[in-house]
Amino acid sequence: MNFLTAYSSYLLLLLVLALIAVLVWQLRVVVREMVPEVVRVMQKKLSHKLFQKLPPEQANDITIAAIDALLPQTQCGQCGYPGCRPYAQAIAEGRAINLCPPGGASTIKALAALLHAEVIPLDPTHGTESERKVAFIREAECIGCTKCIAACPVDAILGSGKHMHTVITAECTGCDLCVEPCPVDCIDMIVALTPLQGWHWQRPQSLPLHPHLISNDRQGQPGR
Amino acid sequence: MSTSTTRTVWPIPGGIYPLDHKQQSLGTAIRQVPLPSQLVIALRQPSHAPAVLCVNVGDHVSKGQCLAQGSDATGLSIHASTSGTVLSITEHAVPNESGLPELCVILQPDGENHWTKLPALADFRNYDAARLISRIAQAGICGLGGGAMPSATKLRATLLNKVHTLVINACECEPFITCDDALMQASADDIVTGIQILLHISAANRCVFAIEDNKPAALNAMRAALTDSGIELVVVPSIYPSGAEKLLIYSLTGSEIATGTLAVEQGFLCFNVSTAHAIARAVVHGEVLVSRITTITGSALVNPGNYCVLLGTPINELLKHAAVDQTKVSSLIHGGSLTGIALTSNNVPVLATSACVIASTAAEIPAAEPEQNCIRCGFCTEVCPVLLLPQQLYWASKSEQLQQATTLNLHDCIECGACSYVCPSHIPLVQYFRATKADIRIAEEKLLMANQSRARFEFHQARKAAEKIQEEQRRATRATLAHQQLEQTATPSLAQAAIAAAMARVKAKKALQDFAAAVDAASNNLTTADSQADNTAAYLPNPDQQDDSR
Repeated sequence: MNFLTAYSSYLLLLLVLALIAVLVWQLRVVVREMVPEVVRVMQKKLSHKLFQKLPPEQANDITIAAIDALLPQTQCGQCGYPGCRPYAQAIAEGRAINLCPPGGASTIKALAALLHAEVIPLDPTHGTESERKVAFIREAECIGCTKCIAACPVDAILGSGKHMHTVITAECTGCDLCVEPCPVDCIDMIVALTPLQGWHWQRPQSLPLHPHLISNDRQGQPGR
Repeated sequence: MSTSTTRTVWPIPGGIYPLDHKQQSLGTAIRQVPLPSQLVIALRQPSHAPAVLCVNVGDHVSKGQCLAQGSDATGLSIHASTSGTVLSITEHAVPNESGLPELCVILQPDGENHWTKLPALADFRNYDAARLISRIAQAGICGLGGGAMPSATKLRATLLNKVHTLVINACECEPFITCDDALMQASADDIVTGIQILLHISAANRCVFAIEDNKPAALNAMRAALTDSGIELVVVPSIYPSGAEKLLIYSLTGSEIATGTLAVEQGFLCFNVSTAHAIARAVVHGEVLVSRITTITGSALVNPGNYCVLLGTPINELLKHAAVDQTKVSSLIHGGSLTGIALTSNNVPVLATSACVIASTAAEIPAAEPEQNCIRCGFCTEVCPVLLLPQQLYWASKSEQLQQATTLNLHDCIECGACSYVCPSHIPLVQYFRATKADIRIAEEKLLMANQSRARFEFHQARKAAEKIQEEQRRATRATLAHQQLEQTATPSLAQAAIAAAMARVKAKKALQDFAAAVDAASNNLTTADSQADNTAAYLPNPDQQDDSR
């Protein structure tokens, strides 16, 4: 009994040490399992920031469809891609969102909201935003070559060989891809609505956020 | 049913009590405006559809002759207001929100006022609804209260929807306007006839005539005319905007019209009192819509009042007739002071919707004060008659959050202007809402167009791919066919012939060679005997030469 009492403190210490060793061993296993989970969560949280750097194969179809849904579907190719879907794919792979003149500012705003990106002005090298236009065939001059029909991405031109063609205005996206192939140059791009039909109310010229600066230090800038 | 003036009225939420300014134009009876030197008759169609002209420049037209029609059944017929010559058909400034010119017929009156009337359908109960509606369409009747919707279009909807209640709107709740008041005092009997025609067409089993309590003279006139007519007369409290269609139906029946639906879909048909009058004139008297009662009022006039005006009369002629003091005019308003539009020019004609022209002084209608920041007082929410949150809508509109504005039911806004009226920061709220409504409409149209284009583009792509596959298949089939034909028919006979020819050639050649060999052999045998020794010596190698070459 004396032996036990004399060495009880040592025994207790040994027991505690053993426990700590077991705990550390267990903890090591837990940590090893946790690390990938933490990384995964962090990746998910940062995904929209990393999004534009994703390799093409990882830009998934759902995102492309969501981007495509915001594009105006004129299929005009002004962005440099052969249609809206390819441009949507390019945006998913990190291309700029301001290359679509038919969509204009509203499309850029919508894309920026979807992709958590910054709203930037339209890239003027790809064209400028204008009101909706539609193709108009001067029917008396049409020779019935069907070249415009072949060029139309939405089958909005009606006609057949050696017969006059005409544009179905309601289907025309105003992409102007039919203008170039016409050998007799009888296609005009005209504004779709009359000024009266196109008129609508504008927002009042509202106040700037801070109409007057209370303190204007610029006056006292040295050297001016 | 009996005529009664005491019945429950459901109070509308919100609303405002602006100064009504109505007395100044009620002093005299309706007066005629003399024939102007020129009439400008606007050919405006619903939703700015193109009008189909019925006359040419230089034509002489009689009063009531059709000048233009709509391109389909929803269009509006426009008639000459007096007899005269068509001077030109051109774009001319008209009272509209955009300030853009519209297509008008410029008519030079000949002073004879020769009227070609339609045949009168005095006994209107002998005609069916379709016949009467076609007469109303022919007469070019549209909503004279300000809606400008062709009455025939409205009535055609009753052929598809069962109407149980006909509401006649005589509220005239907007300040300054008294044209319906004057009309009720002057021609109550025609109005009752018009209501009976509408009842006959719509087959409604109940009719309510609603009038505000600030028109005692008109109320008395109507009460007398409506006695024993089976039409209920209901007096509603004077509050702006009690005359808005859906609000009036709520006031009278407690029924709310669902968002995005028409009153007629729930069995209510609502007509303005002056439209009912015009319908009576068109059906019973065969008179197309060529004139209306217009209130010409404002403190800048010496003779304000209600005038019977030919459509197309330039407003400057009206003002001249009402003895305007140009130095006092601070603003010229077409329509009422809350929903009207400020005119920049007085060289615009009277339209069918011109209920009122106000030439006001600066004291009467002060100029708009500059917009200031929203202080979140909530007055706008208190007065909104359709229970919206104008302040929230303002933030959404200002920041162009279209989705948020839609969620806040912007489309239920009736643009009455009550919120703008009470705003202590003078924010033109209605203009924000109108702009945002337009933005939402444009965005929806764009989306619709995009979806349609995408579907058509995808179909186009699929069709092209299918065509390519078909073309390849056709090509492959053609190639196989040609190959088979070559093998089966053309190639074997040719080959056999070629082989036969070749064999024949070889045979002939061999025969020739044999013959030649035989001839040679024969000649050799003949010469061998004398030349054998020489030949042998010539072909044998010389032993000495062979040694040298080595």
